Amino acid sequence: MSTVASPEELYCHNVLRPGNTNCAGCGMSIGLRWLDEALDGEKPTMVIPACCGIVTAGAFPTTAFGVPTAASTFASAAAVASGISNVYELNGESNVVVCWTGDGGTYDIGVATLSAAAERNENVLYICYDNEIYGNTGGQRSSATPEGVVTSTTPKGKSERKKDMMAIMAGHRIPYAATLSVAHRDDFLRKIRTARKTSGFRFLLMLSPCPTGWKSDPEESIDLISYAVRSGLFPLYEIFDGIRYRLNERPDGMPVEEYVTRQRRYTKVPTDVAPLKSYIEDQWRYLDAMAKAFPADGGVNPCHRIPSEDHDRKGE
Amino acid sequence: MKADPAGVLTGAHYLDGDFACGEGAMAAGCRFTAGYPITPSTEVVERIARRFPTMGGLFIQMEDEMASMAAIVGASWTGTKTLTVTSGPGFSLMMENIGLAVMMETPCVVVNVQRGGPSTGLPTMTGQADMMQARWGSHGDYEIIALSPQSPQEAFDLMIDAFNLAELYRVPVLFMMDECVGHMTEKVVIPPAEEIEIVPRTLTSVPPGEYWPYHVNGKYVPEFARAGDGYRFHTTGLTHDERGYPDMSAECQEKCVHRLLEKIKNNADKIVRFDEEQTDGADVVVVSYGITARVARMGVDLARKKGLKVGIIRLIVVWPFPEKRIRELAGNIKAFVVPEINYGQMVLEVERCAAGQASAICVPHGGGGVHDPNDICEAIVRAAK
Repeated sequence: MSTVASPEELYCHNVLRPGNTNCAGCGMSIGLRWLDEALDGEKPTMVIPACCGIVTAGAFPTTAFGVPTAASTFASAAAVASGISNVYELNGESNVVVCWTGDGGTYDIGVATLSAAAERNENVLYICYDNEIYGNTGGQRSSATPEGVVTSTTPKGKSERKKDMMAIMAGHRIPYAATLSVAHRDDFLRKIRTARKTSGFRFLLMLSPCPTGWKSDPEESIDLISYAVRSGLFPLYEIFDGIRYRLNERPDGMPVEEYVTRQRRYTKVPTDVAPLKSYIEDQWRYLDAMAKAFPADGGVNPCHRIPSEDHDRKGE
Repeated sequence: MKADPAGVLTGAHYLDGDFACGEGAMAAGCRFTAGYPITPSTEVVERIARRFPTMGGLFIQMEDEMASMAAIVGASWTGTKTLTVTSGPGFSLMMENIGLAVMMETPCVVVNVQRGGPSTGLPTMTGQADMMQARWGSHGDYEIIALSPQSPQEAFDLMIDAFNLAELYRVPVLFMMDECVGHMTEKVVIPPAEEIEIVPRTLTSVPPGEYWPYHVNGKYVPEFARAGDGYRFHTTGLTHDERGYPDMSAECQEKCVHRLLEKIKNNADKIVRFDEEQTDGADVVVVSYGITARVARMGVDLARKKGLKVGIIRLIVVWPFPEKRIRELAGNIKAFVVPEINYGQMVLEVERCAAGQASAICVPHGGGGVHDPNDICEAIVRAAK
């Protein structure tokens, strides 16, 4: 008899199972697999609102989720997760409840339930895979879409800047918030583990490459995210208790053009990167000021009820 | 008045129902649209977002459907013709603000490209199961106007009517398409602007200072004062008197709500529209609407080949319902056969109006597709016995 496990035996209890219909080069697929890995065998309860995550990864017979999964309405992931998490607690059951949502369900229609759950400090791990577009309905702008991007509802390019969701979540003084990059695997896994070991509301924001929506080459997805981090467009950082900042990686001088010109969603030719450069500059001035005034390492816990020093050292 | 040529794409086109619906709105004079992406309706606003800049219109993508509906109510109070577009889940989220528009008497149009439900249901596939929600979805007593096109050409034509009815009766008009019509591509002929009749907003002639927002002067519908024109007006979702001020009394409630009902009920003969065919001497009459009307026609043809006498009523205006005609027919026929892509909604209205004189037979379909015409034929055969 063969002792080699079949693929079904190997993968059937994974968060994301093989056979799903996610696009090639989709960041969400990588994120789900790394979430699984970082939970070190613990099986989460997933709450997923309307988004690619519940469609391309969730339809029979290409059912992908090997853990309990509740598909919520578009606006309600954080509220459904609040219900599940509270009853787990009431019953004395230990389980990690994960909201897995797109940017539309986080930045736009879901922001009310997200804000309320964060304010109540619900014991929920909320992860937004942000592809900066309504991918599931064919590519309309969201408030996560960067300035200048052409979508089907911004035919002349979006005129507003991307909403700063991390700052909004920090304003709720939640115990832990961090940004995730699929080009920085160790950092990604460490942050999931830190979040797992922290109780209360945790918010993780992942920039998720979307070759279909970004009109980019699927094989360049990881490179694109790397360029976004290295150019300073997508900073990697953590916020503890909503006030103490740790910056994980500084821009290395990579021109933002490397990122922009590899996607056809920035269609102004030649692409005008001045707005993006000023966005990067403003963002880093803000983050540097916060990290200097309120450093995570060696700083004092100013306001939150969750003791939080050394979150991530314990996690490692 | 005639349509503004800037919004009229005169000519023969090959369009799907969603695009034709968007063209109809622009031809009708709509210049403000607020919406939120939802399959299978998004193409309507995508068309509008691309075309609006050429005619001075404005599309805003809102953060959800509650905001979309609220934005068109607000924009309508500037005197602009406004539209929002959605499908089932979004339609549910709009319900509170549809009630607000009814109570404030705000002209606007809401398109629902119906898909399979309940809840998320079948996002990319057809349904007709929101017909009773269109009638009763918001809380409280009210009357509403709803239309249902059977083709892309009608999606264009009826959008003009929808905007005109919204202005005439100061009521949100619900445009109940279905995914099949929305995503079906056919020839659509858009006439020259001078051939399109448009009902403008009825602005008040009363000078500022003497104007009462809900004083109807013996008519059913009050005259409108635009925000920004110097009139002091007060509009509210609370029960209000003729001045627009809240009045929490049973007497005021009676007066306020009664007129909201009467302005539609007492004009129902003018609003109701349906196609009628070969009902004289018929034993069975098939009542249908939207894409199902086209499938039902095939079922009727099959039944007629068997020698059966079958008439057709195709609802164009769905609400208000053609009560009088159904009552008249009920005395002369054996049965109504009502195919629809739900488990029996408009058939309840047919049954109510038939009042036991003729039976009302539902031919249900759960959604995700259309009927097999043979099933409709079989129902007709059974009904004729």
